[in-house]
Amino acid sequence: MIGIEHYLTVAATLFVIGIFGLFLNRKNVIILLMSIELMLLAVNINLVAFSSSLGDLVGQVFTLFVLTVAAAEAAIGLAILVCFFRNRGTIAVEDINMMKG
Amino acid sequence: MIQADLSVILPEIILALYAMAALLGAVYTGKDKLASMLVWSTAGLMAALGIWIGTSGSGTQEAFGGMFVDDGFARFAKVAILLSAAAVLVMGQEYMSRRGMLRFEYPILVALSAVGMMMMVSAGDLMALYMGLELQSLALYVVASMRRDSIKSTEAGLKYFVLGALSSGLLLYGASLVYGFAGTTKFAGIIEVAQHGEISIGMLFGIVLLISGLGFKVSAVPFHMWTPDVYEGAPTPVTAFFATAPKIAAMGLFARVMHDAFGHAVSDWSQVVAVLSLLSMFVGAVAAIGQRDIKRLMAYSSIAHMGFALMGLAAGTEMGVEAMLVYMAIYVAMNIGTFAFILMLQKDGQPVTDIQALNQYSRREPGKALAVLVLLFSLAGVPPMLGFFGKLYVLRAAYDAGLAWLAIAGVIASVIGAFYYLRIVYFMYFGDEGEDLDRTSSPVLWVFLMGSAAVMVLGIINMFGVDGAAAAAAATLVH
Repeated sequence: MIGIEHYLTVAATLFVIGIFGLFLNRKNVIILLMSIELMLLAVNINLVAFSSSLGDLVGQVFTLFVLTVAAAEAAIGLAILVCFFRNRGTIAVEDINMMKG
Repeated sequence: MIQADLSVILPEIILALYAMAALLGAVYTGKDKLASMLVWSTAGLMAALGIWIGTSGSGTQEAFGGMFVDDGFARFAKVAILLSAAAVLVMGQEYMSRRGMLRFEYPILVALSAVGMMMMVSAGDLMALYMGLELQSLALYVVASMRRDSIKSTEAGLKYFVLGALSSGLLLYGASLVYGFAGTTKFAGIIEVAQHGEISIGMLFGIVLLISGLGFKVSAVPFHMWTPDVYEGAPTPVTAFFATAPKIAAMGLFARVMHDAFGHAVSDWSQVVAVLSLLSMFVGAVAAIGQRDIKRLMAYSSIAHMGFALMGLAAGTEMGVEAMLVYMAIYVAMNIGTFAFILMLQKDGQPVTDIQALNQYSRREPGKALAVLVLLFSLAGVPPMLGFFGKLYVLRAAYDAGLAWLAIAGVIASVIGAFYYLRIVYFMYFGDEGEDLDRTSSPVLWVFLMGSAAVMVLGIINMFGVDGAAAAAAATLVH
């Protein structure tokens, strides 16, 4: 029998993979965008699983909002990335280093 | 029913419709030629809405089944957000148009992010919280990379975007856990479940993730890495905007979530917030010492100031929220004046941000140098400037709530932090002979600089009634 804890485990795993993708990746900014997307989708799994186990629709409504915002976020991220590429000629993560942080 | 709901969110609707109409109108007609006019009309509308919200509403109204709450706390934050956003827009207009950076999207994006901020401080539900936060953040990412032909500006936008999206993800994961373990997304429902001593481990995880997501937005240490780079890379008027309205909104949202949703479990989160506050105060004070760029320095300064504001929140009492609101109001007033000064600095028409360029500034511009001296003393918390009373408020709130160790650490951090503010004063009055900066005369910036400095001195008489308004606002939030 697959219960809520299985879904939560999958979601937690995906979320952690997303976070590690953000911090360990040294190559390409596109991978950062994919990691962010992975994190948001992990949250969606969580929300839908809770929604179904609680018998409450609010979680699924929340999921729809998250999906919409994730799409907008990806669009803006890619737009900024295109501007950056035009100026710098590269999208490697280690080249985002004009300012020391 | 729906009419009552809509009348509660009327200010937000007006601003959002204005932004939409301005966008369509500008695209179909003059585009960037209309930019200056749009800046003034947007600032005028935001100031008018701010005054309207401040003078009209009373009591607590809920809309859309409690998703949107309009109470004294929200109104206080909204007035501060709208007025400071309007002030910063007006301040940046001349700077941007002189350098050909003033695009018509800029005031529209600022208006949209202001709608998001108003939504944030009025959120009564995790969904409303998330939508408000994202509306604000998405507009800010674009504004940060406004100079799309500059490497630094686009890099700032990219860094802000990646870390901002990470923080949204953390916050959202926390929100999903809170929803799962409380069974509802409404703050009014969560507070019933989250009683002290009965918080499940999943809910606790959710609270901690929510706090880390919010910590990113207020740039609290250890989630502050983006702040110096974004402040340095973004165009100066945008940096001035980042340092004011979004900080009030994020702090307001922080207080709203903590008290509205978890107000019965103060001891479960106040320790976490206290640690964030302690780290922010010290990192902000120590890391700024090595900075030579005044925008980076202001970034660390804002991190330290957020630490003090969080101290008020960590107290977890009504007085703590009141102290936080007073502190944020004073912080914003100080920053508007300081950034008006930074916007004036230029040499041969190019903006200057190196603090060494201020050598002997007092010889050439004694009036402005005196105003900056007052502002820097106020930022450092030197009595009798208003900044000192802001610090006094939060320290007293923390002490009364039994966080004496945090209050003592705050005093030490503010002494360390005073060093770098006073060093700028030293350069201005006793620095080596250097090359002259341009003698600019911008009446708008002059008015904001002098006005802000005057507020820092005259405000000590009665704080212009802000403390009374903050007390009333805090009373509606903390039950």
